[in-house]
Amino acid sequence: MSKLSGAYYEINHMNMVAEKDQWVNQIHPLVKLVLTILYIADVVSFSKYNIAGILMMGIYPIIVFMLGEVSWKDSIRRLRVVLPVVCLLGLFNPFFDRQVVLYLGKFPVTSGMFSMVTLMIKGILTVLATYLLIATTTIEKICYALRIVHVPAVLVTQVLLTYRYISVLLKEANTMMQAYALRAPGQKGIHFKVWGPLAGQLLLRSIDRAGTVYSSMVLRGYRGEFYFEDRGKCGRKDYCYLVVWLVVFFAIRVVL
Amino acid sequence: MHMADALISPAVGGSMYALSAVAAGYSIKKIHLEADPKKVPVMGVMGAFVFAAQMINFTIPGTGSSGHLCGGMLLTALLGPYAAFLTMIGVLLIQCLMFADGGLLALGANVWNMAFYGCFIGYLIWRAMNGRTMSRGRIIGASVIGSVLTLQLGAFSVSIETLLSGITDLPFSVFIGMMQPIHLAIGMVEGLITAAVLVFVYEARPEMLSLAEAGEKKERFSARKTIGILAVIALFIGGGLSLFASSHPDGLEWSIEKVTGSTELEAAENSIYRQAESVQEKTALLPDYQFKNTESGLGTSFSGILGSCLVLVVCGGVCYVISRNHKKKGLS
Repeated sequence: MSKLSGAYYEINHMNMVAEKDQWVNQIHPLVKLVLTILYIADVVSFSKYNIAGILMMGIYPIIVFMLGEVSWKDSIRRLRVVLPVVCLLGLFNPFFDRQVVLYLGKFPVTSGMFSMVTLMIKGILTVLATYLLIATTTIEKICYALRIVHVPAVLVTQVLLTYRYISVLLKEANTMMQAYALRAPGQKGIHFKVWGPLAGQLLLRSIDRAGTVYSSMVLRGYRGEFYFEDRGKCGRKDYCYLVVWLVVFFAIRVVL
Repeated sequence: MHMADALISPAVGGSMYALSAVAAGYSIKKIHLEADPKKVPVMGVMGAFVFAAQMINFTIPGTGSSGHLCGGMLLTALLGPYAAFLTMIGVLLIQCLMFADGGLLALGANVWNMAFYGCFIGYLIWRAMNGRTMSRGRIIGASVIGSVLTLQLGAFSVSIETLLSGITDLPFSVFIGMMQPIHLAIGMVEGLITAAVLVFVYEARPEMLSLAEAGEKKERFSARKTIGILAVIALFIGGGLSLFASSHPDGLEWSIEKVTGSTELEAAENSIYRQAESVQEKTALLPDYQFKNTESGLGTSFSGILGSCLVLVVCGGVCYVISRNHKKKGLS
């Protein structure tokens, strides 16, 4: 599968997963957004030698995975983007921080090794938390939550439109790439002589499409502002969900 | 160059969110002033274009590797800096949520490192080279210089943010030494790909490249505004940041210390140096950047502010005299 069609598949798949009728999916998007940001901030603020504390924070993704019936396999695939960089940076720690803190048999364990492991765990947990947010909440709902906290309408509308047209343009780019590949078999990537015309054609088509999109938006009553469907206020269930998790995070923080 | 959440501390992440929010707020204000409702759909579709185009691999001749175009530079040339910046925020948010490319906590830092430099600094370069006349050469030059410079700034910011977050034990110099050269090569390639696309647009639909220019409300250079901004920055550094100045010796003192064992050279009794030193001690208003006989931080701040003001007065006076002489010569 090419990179373009892979991305197209990923977007559609995530949209389908997020629209499932699970208990976690029904939680108010603002609660899930706030909780995710607080969780990530909490995880990364743990000391770089506190492996026990960070491991305990793994309880959040484990439980949400079970509640939302989200696939572990898909989430692990997402780690491939982040983990190499995090691991590369972490690998230097044992070389620069060589203070021995304990011995496993005769093997000395240094504080640099501890910080390397915690950095990797932090990388995994933060990616999983973001994945769980998007796997249980659609982009439209996240944008709605952003509007509740008064993120300007221009920005939110722009995010929504970009998201809406990504799959359209990915499909178009994929068609162009397939046509190119058929005319230049066995060639990896795009030859430098056609860099400009290929991406330029896609750009011009996109601009023309933007004109059509604008016309259709005006015909449907667009006057420079988007109106979001009211998805209701946070209920008792949402507040309970938030409070329970905050208590858990706080308890882990205090105990470890 | 997308930073992951694990590479940033909440304090640094929060600060970068605040900085990016200020830039976004200013851009939104500017977009509203332009009052062009068509711009929002164009921004949305252009964001999707950048997203899709960044997934196309362009073969780099003779290397066996590939690169992709520089989104910030391309958008700023087509939409202007404010619309381009907001568009890039959307792209980065979607990349973070849908593809785990960059973290949610690190979003502010990623916006700053990639969108701010790419759109605003990139625009300055684009406008400086293509503001009056546009040609293939100028477009290629602006694209390459813009991409290289903005990527270098972005990579430098990543190093600083990681250092301030205290994530890695890698020495700063080693980290910088790894980041900057890699991004120099990436910047060159991205610049050439961006240039190829912009040259194509210039030849196919040249009016599109002047659209961004027309959309921006042309602002005259205001000396008063510039001096005002510089004065505020000078007061902030002189009065505020001076309190956090390092107490360690500077480069010269450090070198002397390595040779003689002390940061100051011993002078002979009754020498000219001693006499000059005693005159300096009697006449100095703020010895060692402090009020006389006190060591309060107020003295340091006062010294910083007073020094900044004096430099401003002296430099401003010299410039005034020079410009007056030029005018006189012109009239005669």
